Amino acid sequence: MKQTITGIGVSDGIAIAKAYRLETPDLTVEKLTIEQPELEIARFEAAKAEAAVELEAIRAKAAENFGEDKAAIFSAHLLVLNDPELESSVKGSIEQGVNAEFALQQAADTFTAMFEAMDNEYMRERAADVRDVTKRLLAKLLGVHVSDPSTINEEVIIIADDLTPSATAQLNKQFVKGFVTDIGGRTSHSAILGRMLEIPAVVGTKTAMASIEQGTSLIVDGTDGTVLLEPTDEDTRAYETKKVTFEQDKELLKRFVSESTVTSDGHHVEVGANIASTEDLPLADKNGAEGVGLFRTEFLYMGKSDFPTEEEQYDAYKTVLTSMGERPTVVRTLDIGGDKELSYFSTPEEMNPFLGQRAIRLCFEHPEMFRTQLRALLRASVHGNLKIMFPMIATLEEFRRAKGMLLEEQEKLQAKGIEVSDTYEVGMMLEIPAAAVIADLFAKEVDFFSIGTNDLIQYTMAADRMNETVSYLYQPNHPSVLRLIHNVIQAAHKEGKWVGMCGEVAGDPLSIPVLLGMGLDEFSMSPSSILKARAQFADLSKSEWEGYIPEILQMETSEKIIEFVQAHS
Amino acid sequence: MEKKTYTITSSEGLHARPCSMLVSAVTPFKSEVTITYKERTANLKSIMGVMGMGIESGAQVEITADGADESEAIAKVDDIMKKESIGE
Repeated sequence: MKQTITGIGVSDGIAIAKAYRLETPDLTVEKLTIEQPELEIARFEAAKAEAAVELEAIRAKAAENFGEDKAAIFSAHLLVLNDPELESSVKGSIEQGVNAEFALQQAADTFTAMFEAMDNEYMRERAADVRDVTKRLLAKLLGVHVSDPSTINEEVIIIADDLTPSATAQLNKQFVKGFVTDIGGRTSHSAILGRMLEIPAVVGTKTAMASIEQGTSLIVDGTDGTVLLEPTDEDTRAYETKKVTFEQDKELLKRFVSESTVTSDGHHVEVGANIASTEDLPLADKNGAEGVGLFRTEFLYMGKSDFPTEEEQYDAYKTVLTSMGERPTVVRTLDIGGDKELSYFSTPEEMNPFLGQRAIRLCFEHPEMFRTQLRALLRASVHGNLKIMFPMIATLEEFRRAKGMLLEEQEKLQAKGIEVSDTYEVGMMLEIPAAAVIADLFAKEVDFFSIGTNDLIQYTMAADRMNETVSYLYQPNHPSVLRLIHNVIQAAHKEGKWVGMCGEVAGDPLSIPVLLGMGLDEFSMSPSSILKARAQFADLSKSEWEGYIPEILQMETSEKIIEFVQAHS
Repeated sequence: MEKKTYTITSSEGLHARPCSMLVSAVTPFKSEVTITYKERTANLKSIMGVMGMGIESGAQVEITADGADESEAIAKVDDIMKKESIGE
């Protein structure tokens, strides 16, 4: 039956496809005392047989879709599933009188602990295999369904509670036509990914997982946040027309691809792309990026079983720098912690992860991890126009310490005769209110600032951006936020330094006029937003908006500021 | 019972592919097949048991088969060791 769900449209476009539910099943295991071990063993055997059939099928499908190489992992899973040691350990516990689920969990924990303790990357990967196989078996025993996103081989719209970076790493992007998630906002991972892939995304629907079944026909409109379930033929025709119009508009913007960004009164601003991997480079080029304003290096560390080596990182940085040529490329050093975790690196559980040991704080705690990245960056610096950026800097001491480590690595490399560019720049991400307040002091020491609005807003308003109940406080145009940004730009320009912005706000049509008026030098955004922004700049006069700034800075609420922007643009 | 000693020559030791190949090869046999390294013995039909020993390149290992088809099992191990350059 036809039904409509609405959420927040965070990536434009229309998708028409079937639903694919990405489930995170509850595999909590309880310890039970059992009377008849032979029945429990039979349950275990049955679960194993079912899992084996499933794995064989997945293996065959993976081999067909992605080749034998990718399928090898499932052969390894089958060996683990049929392992006699695992089996005898599980059966032994069952005979002692515990339930199959608990016996399996216990055996799996022993094996994963053993593999994880080994000083060998390959072995630690096997721990992940054991965990995957255990999950599959537990799901069978508990009678819950587990999704296998890596095997998707038809066009689908992903339905999930939320998309974690590690879940999206497994998605076969070729077949994913859209996202619908129950939680999240404009800056959640699924939103960013949707815009990156140029596919529609609707987040914060609250009820999608509860009301959309696997395989339901869907229409997703990422522009207004509508999700239609079981649409009528009439709906489908109407949305197909809308889809064509949307794609034509996108086509019209293409005339801006090879132009630079110039305002109606002839001022140039730089519009760059936020990228997460070398795979995003074609998208940045296709949309006419004048630089890379943010290369999120943490994605080099994700979806892997161990830290990327210096060589792997060097190759990635070199590829990006070479591809961008003279265009500026801002590379942010590792920003993990908070909501971004690595499977092979356990970060401590924290009460407030966003206020905890993340980004540069974590790098100081693990200097070798940080120095490896710095060496890779320094070696790559000769291949392009590199700007190194440290995230989450709160104090001058932190910036000095990070820069000091960078210079030490540079000296060591040069002592070995390795060439390092002498024109690369060192700057910081400005995302902590404390740093924004003393931007004048930082401006004497940094080469540039890049304002990270997602975090700057959440820290300024003390409102968790993932928490929907306080999402009303997440106000990009709030006077407090705008005054901080204004302060940063003024302080930087006084010292002759440039200021960029790499948060989502930089591509927001409602914020662009004000930021232009304040004198922001560089706007970095999802590649798919670049052309729309460039078209908007062409209609804006910088001097006119400069004139409005004193008045805007005196306004009391976001609402007033937004009304003013809408009335004047 | 049949026994045979090998020096592991595969550069990656008894991990990954070489290990999977040996385990897959001996699993169909009825005999008990074990591998002994540094006085520890594991079931050669268990990938986790074998990998858990952390056998590196250059290690001396002893393979034992005990059962109705022990000679065939050892012959199969010997075949895989040589054909796949795992050990000699």
